[in-house]
Amino acid sequence: MFRKLSLPNSLTRKNLMALTGLFLCFFLVIHLAGNLQLLLPAERAQLQYNHYSELLSHNILIKIVSYVLYASIIAHTIYALVLTLRSRAAVGSQGYAYDRRGAVSPWYSRNMGILGTLIFFFLVVHMANFWYPYKFGEVPMDMAGRKDLYRVVVIAYREWWYVALYVVSMLVLGFHLLHGFYSAFQSLGLYHTKYGRWMNWAGRAYTLVITAGFILIPIWVFFTKPTPLP
Amino acid sequence: MKIQLKIWRQENARAQGRMVDYELTDINPEMSFLEMLDVLNEQLIQKGDMPVEFDHDCREGICGQCGLFINGRAHGPQEATTTCQLHMRHFKDGDTIYVEPFRSRAFPVIKDLRIDRSAFDRIIQAGGYISTRTGDAPEANAIPIGHDVAEAAFDAAACIGCGACVATCKNASAALFTGAKVSHLAMLPQGQPEAAERARKMVAQMEAEGFGHCTNTGACEVECPQEISIRHIARMNFEYNRAGALKK
Ligand code: HEM
Ligand code: SF4
Ligand code: FES
Repeated sequence: MFRKLSLPNSLTRKNLMALTGLFLCFFLVIHLAGNLQLLLPAERAQLQYNHYSELLSHNILIKIVSYVLYASIIAHTIYALVLTLRSRAAVGSQGYAYDRRGAVSPWYSRNMGILGTLIFFFLVVHMANFWYPYKFGEVPMDMAGRKDLYRVVVIAYREWWYVALYVVSMLVLGFHLLHGFYSAFQSLGLYHTKYGRWMNWAGRAYTLVITAGFILIPIWVFFTKPTPLP
Repeated sequence: MKIQLKIWRQENARAQGRMVDYELTDINPEMSFLEMLDVLNEQLIQKGDMPVEFDHDCREGICGQCGLFINGRAHGPQEATTTCQLHMRHFKDGDTIYVEPFRSRAFPVIKDLRIDRSAFDRIIQAGGYISTRTGDAPEANAIPIGHDVAEAAFDAAACIGCGACVATCKNASAALFTGAKVSHLAMLPQGQPEAAERARKMVAQMEAEGFGHCTNTGACEVECPQEISIRHIARMNFEYNRAGALKK
């Protein structure tokens, strides 16, 4: 059974990592677009954000997408581990006495596993603080009688250390994306000589927008400190 | 010039190896790196010691036999250069130079700096060829091939199989070597009939030899003496996926 489920070689495993990775990249766009509503003036942000959250949690399509998302994170992580262990074996136990290989590739491209692991821990914290209470915990209601996720978010971002955690985590994500976005197309074989340079720029632009966007939100909330309405 | 050497010495495939120090005092900066090792070996032989074994053949950068890990880099500090084309003028008087074999599980050390690269041969045997009736050489212009295509295919065909890509890769991946071969033949009309089968078989063999996966760090294309581009890895992935998608 496990044999059948496991993919035949590193190339197919990398295809799976690339597809799940790109799906996560796609999700980040939607996630960021939705969260930019937090930047609206407090009163409107509260109503609109809570309305949006409720809409998402009742939509069957979003439900399916969210299950694909959970599966993607799990598969992406498992195959990261499988490939890393195999790569350890391939390298062998005898290392170089003098090793300057780091000079010929960017550091973040060599440390995708560490960056990914940090992202994974961030995801656990992130989901425990917002996703879990919203789905299973006690959340106060807003004026319109909707769960007040906006309040939960704003209260969390009032702590400077929490904002700092987010900023650092998003930088980690940024470096993961800086290599990951381009790498995924290369892994899938969609990295054509002619469009290669264009793809490089698309990857950098994507990374910049996503990283800057997710960093801006907690900082913005922290400094404008909007008081949530009663 | 005077140099200190730290060289990996290993009796045989099973023996435990170690770094050993040597000193050379009268090295001409115009010597190649291998000629410097020849001088060392002459001195070792005169003293009755075992010479340092290393692979080499053409000494003009075309056979791919010489591959040494010098001062932490595959083929030494010069980019796009084989070990035999590296010259002592790129080092300074009094330098300490580390010399180690290319490392990876799939390239076991035979002795000292010599490694067994037959894993590469088996990858080629798995599909790095075209099947054709032999006989008289066919008329060269019978199959028209555009200049751009010929040049691009030749860029990939330039791989000399030295193994620097594997040695420098953090995953000991043979993707650049295999990608170069798959890509070279996939671009030419002669390679088309077997393109799908070739991609499948060569990728399977690469896996069976125990090479690691490619994480696209790009280190290999920097160290490759033939400057093979990692775009050829993408083309291999494309060919492999296309073979899977169109499988009958
Ligand atoms: C929002 C979260 C994440 C996104 C958007 C993402 C995205 C990506 C993308 C696009 C790739 C490139 C795939 C390829 O090279 O073919 C990648 C690679 C990788 N990811 Fe992630 N990832 C995320 C989370 C994680 C997590 C949680 C882990 C591990 C615990 C992880 C570990 C890795 C590793 C090790 C690689 C390199 C794989 C390789 O090159 O062989 N990632 N990621
Ligand atoms: S791809 Fe380059 S580094 Fe790798 S074996 Fe061929 S010539 Fe050597
Ligand atoms: S000895 Fe032939 S390439 Fe160096």
